[in-house]
Formats: sequence, structure tokens, C-alpha cells
Amino acid sequence: MKCQSCANPATIHLTDIVQGQKRVLHLCQRCAEERGLLKKQELNLPAILQTLIGQHIGRLPDELARLTCPACGIKYMEFRAQGRLGCPHDYQTFRAGLQPLLKQFHRAVKHVGKVPKHHPGDPAALAQLVELRSKLRQAVEQEQFEEAARLRDLIRQKDATT
Amino acid sequence: MNLDDLTHISGEWLRGTGPESDIVISSRIRLARNLAAFPFTNRANAHQKAEIEGLLRERIGKIDFQPKLEYVNLPGLSNLDRQFLVERQLISREMATSDGPRGVALGPQETVSLMVNEEDHLRLQVMRSGFSLDEAWQDIDKVDDMLEERINYAFSEEFGYLTACPTNVGTGMRSSVMLHLPALVLTKQIEKVFRALQKINLAVRGLYGEGSRASGDFYQISNQVTLGKAETKILSEIRDVIPNIITYERQARATLIKETRLALQDKIRRAFGTLCNATMMTSEETMDLLSSVRLGINLGLLDDITIPTVNELFIQTQPAHLQKIMGAPLDGEDRNAARARYLGKKLRETGPTVN
Repeated sequence: MKCQSCANPATIHLTDIVQGQKRVLHLCQRCAEERGLLKKQELNLPAILQTLIGQHIGRLPDELARLTCPACGIKYMEFRAQGRLGCPHDYQTFRAGLQPLLKQFHRAVKHVGKVPKHHPGDPAALAQLVELRSKLRQAVEQEQFEEAARLRDLIRQKDATT
Repeated sequence: MNLDDLTHISGEWLRGTGPESDIVISSRIRLARNLAAFPFTNRANAHQKAEIEGLLRERIGKIDFQPKLEYVNLPGLSNLDRQFLVERQLISREMATSDGPRGVALGPQETVSLMVNEEDHLRLQVMRSGFSLDEAWQDIDKVDDMLEERINYAFSEEFGYLTACPTNVGTGMRSSVMLHLPALVLTKQIEKVFRALQKINLAVRGLYGEGSRASGDFYQISNQVTLGKAETKILSEIRDVIPNIITYERQARATLIKETRLALQDKIRRAFGTLCNATMMTSEETMDLLSSVRLGINLGLLDDITIPTVNELFIQTQPAHLQKIMGAPLDGEDRNAARARYLGKKLRETGPTVN
């Protein structure tokens, strides 16, 4: 099939219904773009992801399914799908979900063995640093450079004290 | 570090020395560690990975470990050189193929390797020839202590060392012993050994770790559980089971000699003959034939070729090693032909006599 506005092969086929009237368009990529018909749709990735995960691992209790780590932003669902956690703080955030997994895999839930001589510091302060770093990453991605600079200074200041 | 210098030596894990080295190839311990105030590697963007790498690289450079470690920037290496490090077991396969800032600090003897931005921010590894888990633990514990003075590790009293994958949490320790078990394979008893090991929660993997097949009859026995058991306990569980496997392998070898000596000798001589005379050789076939030759030497059925030579050939005939030795990228038939020529030349140099 040829494009309705030029001779190239039509690859875009649009069907609309306007006031009860069906309208069919056959266009090539370029003509469709020129008419603004191919505006990039915002894909709802989280929703797609949740559906996919649901299909793979079955339904999780609502409470767990909704959990998101405040520090790194990873969802419990994402962790279950990928098998990798997002930051050290997740062990606290996802504790309820992790404990049965740990029990199943290790037949234990509590560490025994080597302990670092230097304590890493207050877990809340460390989680906050991960959070600031996640925010910094977002700010850079969204080209909010003033915010990024502010966050960078804040991280520098807080990292020195932990 | 000039990687080309390493091509002609066999690497610590195949040096073929150390206790029980006719069966136990090497002992290896790995510790997973992460920085407390950063997202894990998989959640970090390129900028954050660069920050993590910069920080760890600087701290690693400051520890007073002898002999001095040298840092290798992995994106700066060719694919071939990264593959070369995988074949020497100095980096993981994932590290060779992933992207972003990452690297490895290596000791000159290749016993210590510290991987930066692996699945965890830091993966410490110590390797020793033969059956030497305790020595490996002493080394890695020391490096870990030195690093911990300078690095804020992610750790909780409850869960131990916090890792990206919960299967590593706790001690973060994976300790493994690599065994050469050709007689258990030949007598078809290897599956029985696997099942027994799985029952006591030990994992069995092939030569290059997870998912790799056991080419050359090499098997790695390692712990699965990392939480709820102290490092010394995990090590002793492996240490205790290895002598049993060694005994089974020795019994299987004795049975083969006693009951099928001629057939065994034939198999070994044919393996040797093929290695000397073939025109094309795949990596897999080379591993299988070298395995038979190695068994032959250890049983006294083949002499004038030494274990260190066979061990060297195991590694030098791997794809990346071979290409580096030949000094040219080689594919498919060309590579198999080059491998056959190399084997023929090396084996004739050593002047085999078959008794």
C-alpha cells in the first residue's frame, strides 16, 4: 500500500472515529511525522513493568507490592523481577519481603561472622546520602543544573560527617 | 601492567603446585563488599559509577599490601584483553562484557584481584594453587581489613555485609576449590558426587563459574549459604568434604588401572596422538584431550611431558590466550587450525615418549 500523500510505502495505518464517522489514513513514516501524528507517547513504564512482573512472579501482598525504597527509589516489585536490590537501605525497607527469601535460601536470617572494626555510621544518615545521590542523578538527567549543584554541595557536606 | 607478559605463564590457578595438586587445582575465596552511602552498581548511572570507581581506586592505591597491586581500567582494554583476564580467572565474565566505569587491581602473582563495579562495588578475590583454603582466607581477610580502615562498607548487625543480591548477604563470602576429576567422570560416578554435595548445600560449577560447563573435567565446589554461618565454619565445611572427593577420585583411578588398564592407556595415547597431530582443534576438544593426558601423567602411563606443561596448554589454548600468542585476531577454522599448530609445536618441543 502506498502513502496517501506521497508515493512511498505506507507503514502507518491510523483509524479514527470522529463524530461517528470512520476515517482511515495510510501514511509513510515521514508524512506521518510531518502531520504530527507520531507524537511520542509517554509510555507508562511502571504500569507495564508491574503487569509483566505480575505475570512472572504472581501476585504479591498489596503491602509489599506498593513498597518503594525512599533512598534509591527501587520498588519491591522491581527487585523481585530483577533479583538485584538497589541500595544497602533496601534490606530495611523490604525486610518483610526479604526475610522469607533469606530463610528459604540460607536457612538463616541473622548474620554470624566477621564484623568491620569501624562501624559504618548511622543507617539513617547513610540512607539519606543514597537518597540525595538518587535525587542528584534525576536532577542531572532532567538538566536541572542549579538543583544538581545544590545537591552536590549537600552530599559533599554530609558525606564528610558520616 | 603489561598483559602480554602474562601470556606465557600459566597463572596461579594452574601453576600445578601446592597440596594434593594432582587433583586439587586451586583454592579461591571471594568477598562481596559495597559502599554504605551509594546505590548498588546496577542502580548507579555512569556518573555515579565513575565516582564509586574513583573513590575505590584511590583507597585501594593507599593500602600497604605487598606485593603492590596494579589497577587496570577495563574500558581502556580491548575485548580480547578483557577476555584474556576472564580466562585467567582474574575478572568475572560479567565484568568483561558489561559497560561503564570499572576496573580491577591485580597483584603480580595473580593471587589477588580486586574487582571494582562488579555486581557489587567491590569484589575481593584471592586464589592459591592446590588445596590451600586457609592460606587464601588469611590473605583475603588481611586485604579486607586494610580496605575496611579506609572504606565505609555497607554493613548491618542483623544482615552482615549488604550485597546487591540477597544470595550473597552476610559474610559475602564465596569460597571454592577447583578439582580435576577425570576418573569420576569416566566411571560415571560424578553425578553421585554432585547429589551428595547438593544435599549439604554445596554448589558444583564448571571451569568458568556459573552456567559454564565442566570442560576438561574441572569442577568447582563452593558454598551456597552466606548468611548465618561464620567464615571459618563455611571454610571448614568445604575443607572437610574435599578429602572425601579426593579419595573417591583416587579409588576411581585405581579401579580404572586395575580393570581397564589397556583401554585407559589406549584412550590416553590416542588423546596425546590427536593433540600432537591434528590439523584443527576446538577449544572444547583440546580441554577434553588435555584432561586425559593429565590423568595419564598422574597415573604414570605417559611421561616426558610434565604437569606444568599440560597446565600451561590448558590456558594457552583458550581463545583469547591463543590469539594473543599468535599476535592476530583469529576466528572459526583459522583459530582451530592455529590451535592445532600450536599444540603440535609445543608437544613436539617437549619430546614425548610413551611407555
